[in-house]
Amino acid sequence: MKKLLLAASAAALLAGSWLAPAQAEYLKEHRGGTIRLLARSAAGTLDPHINYTDQGWQMYQPIYDGLVAFRKAEGVEGFSIVPDLAEALPTVSNDGKTFTFRLRKGIKFSNGQDLGVKDVVASFQRIFKVSGPTSGTFYAGIVGADKCLADTKSCTLEGGVVADEAAGTITLNLTKPDAEILYKLALPHAVILPADTPTEDMGSKPIPSTGPYMISAFDPNKGMTVSRNPNFKQWSEEAQPDGYPDVVQYDFGLSEEAAVTAIQNGEADWMFDALPSDRLGELGSKSMDQLHISPLSAWWYAPLNTRMAPFDNEKARRAVAYAVDRNTLVKLFGGKVLASPVCQVLPPDFPGHEDYCPFSKNPGAKWSAPDVDKAKQLVEESGTKGQKVTIIVEDTAISRSIGVYLQSVLTSIGYVADVKPISSNLQFTYIQNTNNKVQMSVTQWYKDYPAASDFLNILFSCASFREGSDASINISGFCDKDIDAQMQKALDLGVTDQKAADKLWAAIDKQVTDKAPAVGLFTPKRLDFVSKRVGNFKFNPQFNWIITQSWVQ
Amino acid sequence: MSSQVAAMSRKTRGPWALAFAKLATDRAAIASLAVFLIIVLACFSAPLYAKWAGTDPFASTLDAVIQIDGADVPVMEQSTEGLGLGYTPIGPTWRLGNYFLGADSQGRDVMARLLYGGLNSLLIAGAATIFTLIFGTLAGLIAGYFGGITDTVLSRLLDVLWAFPIYLLAISLSIVTIAQGIAIGPIEIQSGSLWLPIIIIGVVYIPYVARPIRGQVLALRHSEFVLAAINLGVPGWRILLRDILPNITTTLIVFVPLMMALNMLTESALSFLSIGVQPPAASWGTIIQDGQALLYTRPLVALVPGLAIAISVMSLNVFGDGLRDALDPRSKVRLGRD
Repeated sequence: MKKLLLAASAAALLAGSWLAPAQAEYLKEHRGGTIRLLARSAAGTLDPHINYTDQGWQMYQPIYDGLVAFRKAEGVEGFSIVPDLAEALPTVSNDGKTFTFRLRKGIKFSNGQDLGVKDVVASFQRIFKVSGPTSGTFYAGIVGADKCLADTKSCTLEGGVVADEAAGTITLNLTKPDAEILYKLALPHAVILPADTPTEDMGSKPIPSTGPYMISAFDPNKGMTVSRNPNFKQWSEEAQPDGYPDVVQYDFGLSEEAAVTAIQNGEADWMFDALPSDRLGELGSKSMDQLHISPLSAWWYAPLNTRMAPFDNEKARRAVAYAVDRNTLVKLFGGKVLASPVCQVLPPDFPGHEDYCPFSKNPGAKWSAPDVDKAKQLVEESGTKGQKVTIIVEDTAISRSIGVYLQSVLTSIGYVADVKPISSNLQFTYIQNTNNKVQMSVTQWYKDYPAASDFLNILFSCASFREGSDASINISGFCDKDIDAQMQKALDLGVTDQKAADKLWAAIDKQVTDKAPAVGLFTPKRLDFVSKRVGNFKFNPQFNWIITQSWVQ
Repeated sequence: MSSQVAAMSRKTRGPWALAFAKLATDRAAIASLAVFLIIVLACFSAPLYAKWAGTDPFASTLDAVIQIDGADVPVMEQSTEGLGLGYTPIGPTWRLGNYFLGADSQGRDVMARLLYGGLNSLLIAGAATIFTLIFGTLAGLIAGYFGGITDTVLSRLLDVLWAFPIYLLAISLSIVTIAQGIAIGPIEIQSGSLWLPIIIIGVVYIPYVARPIRGQVLALRHSEFVLAAINLGVPGWRILLRDILPNITTTLIVFVPLMMALNMLTESALSFLSIGVQPPAASWGTIIQDGQALLYTRPLVALVPGLAIAISVMSLNVFGDGLRDALDPRSKVRLGRD
């Protein structure tokens, strides 16, 4: 049986390689044309060291490069790290605290400048000089980062990032081992820019790039034109493959409804924003071939403020978790094809995830049905019955409808609840600030990189809670010293034994879920609607659709 | 009765009776008033309708199943074709008491919400009108009668308030107060209370009423009967109440329907922007907002409250015009020429 399986696998591999011609052949056949993308608005600043949006990160993929990159592949392969501007993955020494990269030779920026080790050093300094949003978290472990964070303008990262011009190497020194450092280096916040790039937010001014494309025009109110980088020569198909279209035209300002119509009429090829809910039925039946449903490592959840009544009482929190009908929420999001019910923090198929749902009619691995009687009993036992609860939601159709549903759930188990929709631009920071005394909210978390810590440590560690700050991502204010110590242990363990660390993260996930600092609602899926002419659609789990790996002719 | 006596009795009719008689002959105004009263009655019957229909217009009922012609029909219908994406709320059944106008995206009866929404819209617009008229009249009376520094300070304050674009000011006030409410000394208004939109709308329109009232009071202040009263030593408050206020009453009455219409539009706009009436409570503005996401499949959810606002505002404006014609002496001259 084992032999048979091996033979079958080998045959499948051979068939796969026979069916999939080399990228070069496809390039000959499909290279050229303009792919037209639509979004309601621009993604903010063009500066890759500052922009912290899904929309921006997706677009940067064929434009900028870091020392390493997430493989431009579909499925779980897309989570693997491959060398990009570095010749190979780094050599690790000094007990996991020193990483040495050798820079590839012959790479040029789109402005014709040669890429050199000085650009790498300057780029790392720039992360701090522009006060990048993750400089104090992802990159705070680099030697000298503390000084850079204290005085951004005079940042040198002395001893932290060391270049050897003659050898063409860069040595990265950390204050302590970090199992996730390569993921962090593969993010757009760590891409390599020309050394003379101004150390300020470049806003609407494009910065020269090393990838197969460059930003040639940008108007935040109209659109962005991305064209081929004349100096690009492919060095690694898995890290930075050449693209098919000659031009990517990204237009801003069209409503979602108008964007759907434009794609249906072949006037556009794709839209960034979520499809309007009242068009789903029609598109799902008439344009099936143009829809792509892909899993996301994301979490829709309702943080409960563990420092304020009634949810400073664990029984009250567990009551809400029991009462919420996840199927109804899935319905509100568009149905089972687009979302799945969850109870726990880590999303399915994510490192450390083990199916777990204690808050169900039949507690076990999966959620089955709400247990409203149990919820009512817990509310009685907690002594919080009749208390007032306000739910703060985003002023979007989905978030508002989830808020209204949760309000009726809270009312049904004995609370006096109301809902407040707040502008999407403000809600996420508003619910983080303890001064606003938010009891309950509805929000989402999308992974930065594929590590359990990106959910558990960031959302529920004591260090992530900051009193009175708009940047207190531990919205629940949850702080359990024992769980915190276990998270630190898992982070340390990851340096030497990732599998054992993931096992520990799975246990932590269960403990956090049991304490119910937040109610898991559902895991969303990404629904991409493309025009009929788009071919070779590939979805990368880290940065979503790989735009320039699709062709339009 | 001789024709001379009849003529004399006509002459003795007071100004109010004349105005009423004139209004009664204005068919457009009376028809508009009738339409508006029907809307008011319908909206005030909202609780009765909901009870009769056995529906809770504020609770999510996504799993509800109703009976139509003996068949079970889910309130939220899942697409069964192709990929089976999305749910669509049931459309109008045209059966009173059974999702007459269909359901919204929470599976709630749109007809019941429309009536409750109208009730809130009318209550807010009505209360805000009273608020504006009280404070606007007070400001106009004080500024116009006392003049001098009092007038200067009050008028400049009103100018500052009036200088802000109305909607921008209302939106700003709403955003500031909507999450936390208002707490000034012993007065505390909870977030989510209907008093918040009432006060916000009431405040932003105070200059709209106060400025013309001040102008009228300024003119009356220098009229012979007021000067005579002042010279006779009649106290100021008595002159304001007994001599000046009765002379601006017609203006205030004309303001009522016009302000109601204006306030209804403002309330709808604020609620549409999620900064007026808060969910799950309804107003016509919030229902339009709910319906916005259903424009493609269930356009009635947004269209019907929009139509209700349009009819209400139009009827109030037409009635307001008729009322002004009836109460304004200049219009009598115009009519006399006809």
